[in-house]
Amino acid sequence: MSTLTTDAGRSAGTARPRRSRRGAAEARAGLLLALPFVVLFLVFTAWPVLQSMIMSFTDMRITDIRTPFAVDFVGLENYRTAFADPVFRRAALNTGMFVLLGVPLTITAGLAAAVALNRGVGRLRAVFRVGFYTPVITSIVAVAVVWRFLLQPENGLVNTVLSWVGVDGPHWLGDERTALLSLVIMAVWRNFGTSMVIFLAGLQAVDPGLHEAAALDGAGRWRRFVSITLPSIRPTMLFVLVTTSIGYLQFFEEPFVMTGGGPLNATISASMYTYNQFGFGNYGVAGAMAYLTFVVIGIVTLVQFRLMREK
Amino acid sequence: MIEQRRPVLTYIVLTVFLLLVITPFAWMLLGSLKTQGELLRVPPTWLPEEPTWDNFRRLFERPFARFFGNSALVAVAVTAGNLLFSSMFGYALAHLRFPFKKLLFVLVLGCLMIPGLVTFIPQYVLIVNLGLADTLPALILPFLVQPFSVFLMRQFFLGLPRELLEAGRIDGVGEIAIFFRIYLPLAGPAFATLGILTFLGSWNNFLWPLVVSSSESTYTLPVALALISTGQNQTDYGLLLAGATVIVLPILVVFLFFQRYFIQGISATGIK
Repeated sequence: MSTLTTDAGRSAGTARPRRSRRGAAEARAGLLLALPFVVLFLVFTAWPVLQSMIMSFTDMRITDIRTPFAVDFVGLENYRTAFADPVFRRAALNTGMFVLLGVPLTITAGLAAAVALNRGVGRLRAVFRVGFYTPVITSIVAVAVVWRFLLQPENGLVNTVLSWVGVDGPHWLGDERTALLSLVIMAVWRNFGTSMVIFLAGLQAVDPGLHEAAALDGAGRWRRFVSITLPSIRPTMLFVLVTTSIGYLQFFEEPFVMTGGGPLNATISASMYTYNQFGFGNYGVAGAMAYLTFVVIGIVTLVQFRLMREK
Repeated sequence: MIEQRRPVLTYIVLTVFLLLVITPFAWMLLGSLKTQGELLRVPPTWLPEEPTWDNFRRLFERPFARFFGNSALVAVAVTAGNLLFSSMFGYALAHLRFPFKKLLFVLVLGCLMIPGLVTFIPQYVLIVNLGLADTLPALILPFLVQPFSVFLMRQFFLGLPRELLEAGRIDGVGEIAIFFRIYLPLAGPAFATLGILTFLGSWNNFLWPLVVSSSESTYTLPVALALISTGQNQTDYGLLLAGATVIVLPILVVFLFFQRYFIQGISATGIK
């Protein structure tokens, strides 16, 4: 018994130091390689995420910036303040509109472009693909400048073109009724290329044999699209749906640089109003609003995952 | 065969789409060469009647070269940091065993979904307390490591054979040297994709620079342009369009040469 254990111990003992020395070297190397990333990540991302949550339950204001730990907890006060604020409610409503209009338009345009490009347009495919993707790489501030110029009521290109067909174009950004729509159109123009590229990748994985078999059975083009293409790209669809929704739920830069949230708060978004609260110095309230947005994003994402799975 | 039934209609629709997408850029480039008088004319002109560089000259009378330099410096630093730190950590996650590995990976993944809006106030408080407000490091530090980058690099290194690691060990190469001498030189394609995406993200970044920069010495191009565009009663469209051109054109040129990598990068986010 004792000899057995010593024997086992010895035979393992001759092999183990080598393996554990290597294991230790591997662990040391792993930690060393991880270290720079992890330290920077903890300091500049993980800790701010946590602090943001803590902050949303405190009365922190800009005056506490040098002493961020010397603040009082106020429970859910900031969340109550947010819900009671008519401008925040308006901002939440507008954000809902941005999502409801922007997400379907962006996805439809992206999918339409991807399907058209997937239909064997030969060499020109690269030209169209690059062209459609171009707005994605542009700075939102530059885009805002250009679109404000395009949407000028008097001599903007959009209203000039409309006047050719006898339409008296509106004061796009200055009119409460069209300002939100203008921002959505601009956002769709800028973003549909992203979903197009992802859909293209998804469409390439669709089995062409299924299409040919269905065509032999007499299924028309639309029928094949609905019954074969769409079900085949469901994972891609889910991904695009989730990421696009998250994008519009965080809608910030477009209203910020195009309209400043106006006219009469018609285009202010939840994110933009959160930024305004930060500007006013109300850090606690801004933190609560940011977390509310985050929670909504989480819920919407979960719901979409569930919906796509059950269908 | 069945796909080719009405290609003409497809071409027409695509071409109309393309015109809608491209026209704003054409309008920007043409407009930047027009005089203020011509820009305000009703109905608008298409080609500039007397093309002029005057808008660009006036733009660079302001310290626009400096803003350009700030944007470039910040983007290069952020890109370099992401490539180096994310490939180190990504390789370790893909091929090495070390303590807390799972925990760290889950922590980083968890932050992939958190919107920037949630973190920017604490980050701002931190930057102020570090005495870095209104400096270039403040524009760089929070973006040196990004969850998405490490995720992409981990996936890439998982695709490289583990035999390289074993072979390196047998040849007596040190653990860290195995990464730098064997795996890193193979990371070119992943670096191209990640580098372009990170550079682009930094070049176009707007909210954070707007928050931490308060003087011309640290303005980046988007911040400078946004401040010009909101700071005037009589809108100087010539100046604004020239500014927009200066931001967009370099990226546009790079994009036309390397569009494959830009598009691969976006596809990579979808395929996972």
